[in-house]
Amino acid sequence: MSSLIPLLLETADPRPERLAKILGKDKAEVERELEELRQDKTILGWMPILNPEKTDAENVRAVIEVKISPEREGGFDRMALRISKFEEVESCYLMSGGYDLLVFVSGKTLKSVALFISERLATIEGVLSTATHFLLRPYKEQSHLLVQEGTIEEKPPVSA
Amino acid sequence: MNPESYVADHVRGLPRSGIRDFFAIVSEMPQAISLGIGEPDFVTPWKIREASIFALEKGKTSYTDNRGLLSLRKEISRYVSSFFGPEYDPSSEILVTVGVSEAIDVALRSILNPGDKVLYHEPCYVSYAPSVTLAFGEAIPVATSPDNSFALDPDAFEKAWEPGCKVLMLNFPTNPTGGTADLEKLQRLAKFAVEKDLIVISDEIYAELTYEGEHVSLASLPGMQERTLLLHGFSKAFAMTGFRVGFACGPDWLIDAMMKIHQYCMMCAPILSQEAAIEALAHGSDAVAKMKEQYFQRRNFVIRRFNEMGLTCHLPRGSFYAFPSVEETGLNEVDFCHRLLREKEVAVVPGTAFGPHGKNHVRASFSTSYEKLVEATDRIELFVEILASENQNREVG
Repeated sequence: MSSLIPLLLETADPRPERLAKILGKDKAEVERELEELRQDKTILGWMPILNPEKTDAENVRAVIEVKISPEREGGFDRMALRISKFEEVESCYLMSGGYDLLVFVSGKTLKSVALFISERLATIEGVLSTATHFLLRPYKEQSHLLVQEGTIEEKPPVSA
Repeated sequence: MNPESYVADHVRGLPRSGIRDFFAIVSEMPQAISLGIGEPDFVTPWKIREASIFALEKGKTSYTDNRGLLSLRKEISRYVSSFFGPEYDPSSEILVTVGVSEAIDVALRSILNPGDKVLYHEPCYVSYAPSVTLAFGEAIPVATSPDNSFALDPDAFEKAWEPGCKVLMLNFPTNPTGGTADLEKLQRLAKFAVEKDLIVISDEIYAELTYEGEHVSLASLPGMQERTLLLHGFSKAFAMTGFRVGFACGPDWLIDAMMKIHQYCMMCAPILSQEAAIEALAHGSDAVAKMKEQYFQRRNFVIRRFNEMGLTCHLPRGSFYAFPSVEETGLNEVDFCHRLLREKEVAVVPGTAFGPHGKNHVRASFSTSYEKLVEATDRIELFVEILASENQNREVG
């Protein structure tokens, strides 16, 4: 694995000059490595992790358990890809257990999400059933707790 | 009334910790980036904290056995055997203490008669010499050298030995230098300890944070377990400084003696901390490994930066401290720290806070985020450039 990846995950700072400084490499070398990671799709993109409670955007998110019938030569893949291509779908996973796909969906309103599920998702041939759960309140996003912790004002600035 | 006369002579004579003096100055500059903190920047892993909360919910608020919870001592015995090597009987050879600091104090008070001498290496953790003094012993410092990365030097101990020496006190990996002890040197030191019939107090609190090679405990060498007190705790590798829990493993006669003092002055370590410690030993190794990997990467960055900017710095093979020399700048370690703090708002600790042999060095902890480490080292570099240009102007003038 590229030495850039753990550092990117820790610092969330993709600036080549910063990465180069920390790793003791040339900026050009880091730029080349980053480009390789993009090209081979190890790095898929960048996205800020927002605290949903602090953003103005009203967004509704739902998680949907989808049962589908597997196809003879494609298994679940073709159906899963077909569902994933909708822009309302944030993530889609094949699951073990009581259902087949776990689909994260977002939309501007409850109505728009509900319409997407009832009119687009549930009506795809091969989708046997859906069970929808709307997300009410986030407590942790992408490993980030949404409550501050670990800052103790009394912690001494210098200690033995 | 003369208040001074009511303070015991040996306490009045104790110097104030250099850390304390510096702390007072840094405290007034909350915006400064501090590389002066001697503890992990990680919060204690949640599963360990949760174990303590669960114990509280279950109403575990009592005293425990003076020696510590038997279940904890059993876990300690298992962990020490697998990580350090030697086997200790949980019922008679392990004492749970309030941090390693208490274990050092109680051990020295158990062993020393007034005037007995203790050999210890320096620079070292701030409490060693004062703890010896408070136990009415005589502390004999043995310098470790930047020439060999402040590693254990058995020859220096042999040279420093004199009649009346009873104890050898070690801390490898070392705070503040990151020095370590390899097997060959430990074997030579063990031979010396046996020849001179010394008891060894070995504080191995940073053992898990060894980056090159395996940590070797002196107690694991043939013939050493019977004369070694192995001290360890949870503050550093498990990021549990505030829990204040550590332990001593040693021969039953010494643990018995320590117990006598511990039961009268401390009673027992807090039960909630002991419960957290059980969880740490049983299920904390993944979290320790993750933190260690981050310290390792940060160490490599910080040491490279110090050397790039002209502050010669050996590679600390353990702990989370860099100990660069500031001699080249023309400033002594105290002036360097004060000016750096005032002019660039970065706090590092003068090496002499860890004993006179820390002269011309400063301690910089790399237990902090990359964001702060990058900014702090950039500022130190600027400061070093300013000092170089001052020196040049002085020469020209």
